[in-house]
Amino acid sequence: MSLAREFRKGFWRDNPVFRLLLGLCPALAVTTSAENGLGMGLATTFVLVCSNTVVSLLRKVIPSRVRIPCFIVVIASFVTVVQLCMEAYFYDLYKALGIFIPLIVVNCLILGRAEAFASKRTLLPAIIDGLGMGLGFALALFTLGAVREILGAGTLFGWSLFGADYQPLLLMILPPGAFIAMGLLLAAMNLYDARRARD
Amino acid sequence: MNGMVRLVLVLTLVAAGAGLVLSLVESLTRAPIAEQRRQETLRALQAVLPPADNAVDQDTVALVIGQDKRGRDLLRRFYRGRLAGELTGVAFEVIAPDGYSGEIAVMVGVDPQGSVVGIAILRHAETPGLGDKIEDAWFREQFAGKTLDNADWRVKKDGGGFDQITGATISPRAVVEAVRRGLVFFRDNRAAILVDVGEG
Repeated sequence: MSLAREFRKGFWRDNPVFRLLLGLCPALAVTTSAENGLGMGLATTFVLVCSNTVVSLLRKVIPSRVRIPCFIVVIASFVTVVQLCMEAYFYDLYKALGIFIPLIVVNCLILGRAEAFASKRTLLPAIIDGLGMGLGFALALFTLGAVREILGAGTLFGWSLFGADYQPLLLMILPPGAFIAMGLLLAAMNLYDARRARD
Repeated sequence: MNGMVRLVLVLTLVAAGAGLVLSLVESLTRAPIAEQRRQETLRALQAVLPPADNAVDQDTVALVIGQDKRGRDLLRRFYRGRLAGELTGVAFEVIAPDGYSGEIAVMVGVDPQGSVVGIAILRHAETPGLGDKIEDAWFREQFAGKTLDNADWRVKKDGGGFDQITGATISPRAVVEAVRRGLVFFRDNRAAILVDVGEG
């Protein structure tokens, strides 16, 4: 597979949230606004690229019997780096994402890419894979957050869209709204793919 | 045996490398993080205190307000704002344990006579769009000028003097009660709170 395809696959064909259904806990929990979704997605992308890089570099050094503990140590370290940097330089976002930043450690997308891809491939494809999958994840979280924020609060990135008279559909930024938005987006994607396959 | 040694060695080295990186990042971010937390406290203090020109977060006194489950003392910190050396107000944090969804932390500012200057919601997990309206200005502003004597510290639904929020009575009720308890503590310990120690 070419590098360009490794990069692109995360956006649609193997999208972590909408196709592999990985990392759903943060995808459902923090997407109450477009900004939160994007912030979480980019934090995850950073961790994914870094962990893929290190795992790929160390793939010949790490014996397979201790690979999982090694991967977890690497991933947990990068998550802590993100957490510290975010608290130091993006304090409001840090407060908004809260407990879900340390929980990036247990996002199965990251361990999944380390185990299934980076530990078997050379450096460049591993980085490209991490970048593509991470940005695909970020795009999915941003989309989910934007849909929920527009419907549930009538705003996008905090900017009011419909004027003061708009009665927001509050349900959409409450937890059930995450499942409803996710289900509808999934259905739309499936419909699109089915249409395209038939033509 | 050789294989076993290698497993231990690799895992140890990976963990040691991770430790090294983390201690480096921690030492780089320690000062900015402390500053961010201080700024957050200062923002809340500024919002609830009359204008002050001292380092409010340095001029504090801590009093015991009770014991936790293990019998350790619970402390409450009182921040004192001064203008040209004159005490203008005192701010303190109260916790409403009975919010709709967990605790609500409120910063309360009072003048030296015990009349509320302002309140700010520090932390809460109330329902977005309903209970979280306790953060709105119209709700917070109705506390300004209130004292224990000139107001009925209940929400209107309970026969008191504070507007509740449509669809959410529990959150405002918890905030009103927490602020009232804070004011009672302030009144009962006023001398100890206003005493001049640790001038900042």
